[in-house]
Amino acid sequence: MKAEHLPLREAAPPTHSIGTRQPLVDGVEKVSGAAHYTADLPFPNALVGRIGRSTVAHGVIRRIDVTRALALPGVRAVITGQDFAVPYGVIPISQNEWPLARDIVRYRGEPLFAVAAVDAASAAAALAAVSVDIEPLPAYFDAASARASDAVLLHIDKPGNLERTVEQDFGDVDGGFAAADLVMERSFHCAELAHGQIELNASVAQWDVERNQLTVHSVTQVPYYLHLMLAQTLGIDSAAIRVVKPFVGGGFGHRVEPLNFEMVTAALARAAGGTVRLELTREETFLTHRARPDSDIRLKIGLTKSGEITAVDAEVVQRGGAYAGYGLVTILYAGALLHALYRVGAVRFRGYRVYTNLPPCGAMRGHGAVNIRFAFESLLDEMAGELGLDPFALRRANLIAPPYRTLNELQVNSYGLPKCLDAVEHASGWHERRGKLPKGRGLGMACSHYVSGSAKPVHWSGEPHAVVNLKLDFDGGITILTGAADIGQGSNTLLTQVVAEVLLLPMARIRVVATDSALTPKDNGSYSSRVSFMVGNAALNAAQALKRILVEAAARELKADAAAIEWLGERCVVAGSERGMDFAQVVRAALTDAGTLTVKGTWSTPPETQGGKFRGAAVGSTAGFSYTAQVVEVEVDEDTGAVRVLHCWTAHDCGRALNPMAVEGQVQGAVWMGLGQALAEETQYHQGLPLRANFLDYRIATAAESPPIDVTLIESIDPLGPFGAKEASEGGLHSAPPALAAAVCDATGVRMRDLPITPDRLLEVINERRREARRAAARAATAKA
Amino acid sequence: MTTRLLRLQVNGREQALAARDAATLLEVLRDGLQLTGTKQGCDGGECGACTVLVDGAPRLACITLAASVEDRAIETIESLATQGRLSALQRAFHEHLGAQCGFCTPGMVMAAESLLRREPQPSEAQIRAALSGNLCRCTGYVKIVESVQAAVETAR
Repeated sequence: MKAEHLPLREAAPPTHSIGTRQPLVDGVEKVSGAAHYTADLPFPNALVGRIGRSTVAHGVIRRIDVTRALALPGVRAVITGQDFAVPYGVIPISQNEWPLARDIVRYRGEPLFAVAAVDAASAAAALAAVSVDIEPLPAYFDAASARASDAVLLHIDKPGNLERTVEQDFGDVDGGFAAADLVMERSFHCAELAHGQIELNASVAQWDVERNQLTVHSVTQVPYYLHLMLAQTLGIDSAAIRVVKPFVGGGFGHRVEPLNFEMVTAALARAAGGTVRLELTREETFLTHRARPDSDIRLKIGLTKSGEITAVDAEVVQRGGAYAGYGLVTILYAGALLHALYRVGAVRFRGYRVYTNLPPCGAMRGHGAVNIRFAFESLLDEMAGELGLDPFALRRANLIAPPYRTLNELQVNSYGLPKCLDAVEHASGWHERRGKLPKGRGLGMACSHYVSGSAKPVHWSGEPHAVVNLKLDFDGGITILTGAADIGQGSNTLLTQVVAEVLLLPMARIRVVATDSALTPKDNGSYSSRVSFMVGNAALNAAQALKRILVEAAARELKADAAAIEWLGERCVVAGSERGMDFAQVVRAALTDAGTLTVKGTWSTPPETQGGKFRGAAVGSTAGFSYTAQVVEVEVDEDTGAVRVLHCWTAHDCGRALNPMAVEGQVQGAVWMGLGQALAEETQYHQGLPLRANFLDYRIATAAESPPIDVTLIESIDPLGPFGAKEASEGGLHSAPPALAAAVCDATGVRMRDLPITPDRLLEVINERRREARRAAARAATAKA
Repeated sequence: MTTRLLRLQVNGREQALAARDAATLLEVLRDGLQLTGTKQGCDGGECGACTVLVDGAPRLACITLAASVEDRAIETIESLATQGRLSALQRAFHEHLGAQCGFCTPGMVMAAESLLRREPQPSEAQIRAALSGNLCRCTGYVKIVESVQAAVETAR
């Protein structure tokens, strides 16, 4: 029977998925315990992998003798750095790390050798049976001693132990300071952090001896980069490798580069000729590190009387740890994101990324820009006080009008900061309450911004920045095939919403198959908040391509012009007529002759968003900046130095809230993580030995001490974002530490420039102020007498 | 290393299995019974991801000797759904985004389950106190607290 003769059944109305509060499409598995994370995967006969680590912070490896270990019962493989072909690193131009140290060891806890055995006890015995001879070298645990002229070089090609020096000058900086009514310079320090994702690091590698093929399941945020580095370090064809990312228990940047244990697991599997499961302890997960570096910042800002920023001069020194990782990107971000939040008259930036004998730092939520933003907003707050300006008024004196090109050639196409300021000013009762709170309480505010994906990819392969495939088959079900790594941020859900919205279909018709290199298109990974923007756009384009095919099939069947087809999701009609088809009929028509449909959508950042031509210009460039303003209220106990956050009001310009509930969740998590950095989180080492490699000493806030975080979503509708959307998971973090520090200052009069603001640090400053007051009183009394 | 026969009451079923003398409850649940919903997130008693109920009270399975809880009622996250249907508490976590990455979720849900059995109408402060042994790195706890409150509302 011809479709046109069918009576049109009552079909579901068009479904809108965008802008609705959607639970995660994989949420049922998470709340029921059915979700399989890497360590949960059933590989019943897997060997147990373990890593042997250096007890020396810096030294020449004379000998690693594995003979005794290999002879032990139950031991199937013992490997060293010699089992790898070449070093690795996430950035192609700075690959100086071996999965297991070779020739030189550069930090305590660096992997030296690894074993695979039939059970944990045999593996432990094998670890103990390996003998290691290391000749110590001088070791450097802070940036200054590593930079000393007589310091031994960690990497022979990096004089001064400087991984990267950045010198950027935009505009007339000296003229800007000369034109300023107030110039202030301050120094700041931010302690090193850890990501603290709750899932321990783990990998499972299967080596198929007969076929010489490798399958790796791992906790990665970047399956594609891992794939590349597995091929490179093992010296095997990338076509022989399959990388699968199961459920991942958080990332926050810890897993945005291929990590040593992943390549070690694979090499063990090859050496053992079987399957190896390697699970790191929490201490080892801390040692894997790659988090936000300890940073020393010197910052000078010039302002006019009305608060306009005439010039900025910033110097940042990052203690980078032993290997390159993302280091050069981190130091470049610190300079690049001095721009694009406010109009700034001129900017000078000097950045120094320093090698030290500590675990390597890397990317952490808010990559590179968090510590400099703490300094910048803190100094603005102090200068506002000096000028007698309200902190909100000072920010409003420096707003951008989009479209706007910054001094360093970043492109701002949408800018919701003015509305963010209005929202939190109102929500917090800023003007009504500030200065009128009871003793010990205070309000502080700050602003921030972040990229929606780095506009230039790490690898210049010439491919689109994002690819999504859709499959539609006889059953009427649509499968999204994506390489985007859902690490809890909800990308599987977001992509489902985007495809459902374009097709006006219920989300239940759509499934997601993600991150299996044998099935899904390559994706660069979940970093720099790129997935919603880039993969979202690719999914949007794929869905539109599929819709065109379906509309054309309907038009053929209904003998109408495609332009006349009105698409209503579960059905479509010839506009202005009773003639139509339901979705199943359209699918049947579309599959006639063609068979199963697979369509592709791609997306790349437009060239004008990819930054300038100067060295390092790629970092900071993005197709869309998010914006945040927030107010924090604190209560300070001046007898103990304890700071309690009572409330946060955050407004975040996410462009368009594709899933308001998920966006709120991302913003809340980001703000909360920023508060943790501000108040409690810091790593600590003694002679390179980590002292806080656990969750008791590395203090992550519990539910009992975490505040309510009210989120207002501002929709600036970005011209390039999918449905106008921008990032939501990072930009809210940067302004939390300075807003908190400003609130502490409002409460106590004490300006803290050293993070975290732990009770001992704050109390020391408060006590010094008391001592100074007593001395002043004594001097006054003496003078009077 | 010696092994022994363990008799455990897990999720309403009697389980007998051989385990090392020193085996933790977490090892037995995950490796012996394949109940991998209970997670390990630390090196012992730091994060709460392994929270299960023993006679209704929250316990950290990673620092509980399996042999010490023989013949006591052990409940894991896998016990809450009924014939595949989520419990009201699980549904609340799902619908209110109490889980982002989901790794702390089983422990968090079990801690909340224990609270709601003791105190069906908890205050926000009681909820926060009851969950303070369970670390979450994704949510800032905002939507976790809201999820528990939503479950309370549903039960009302």
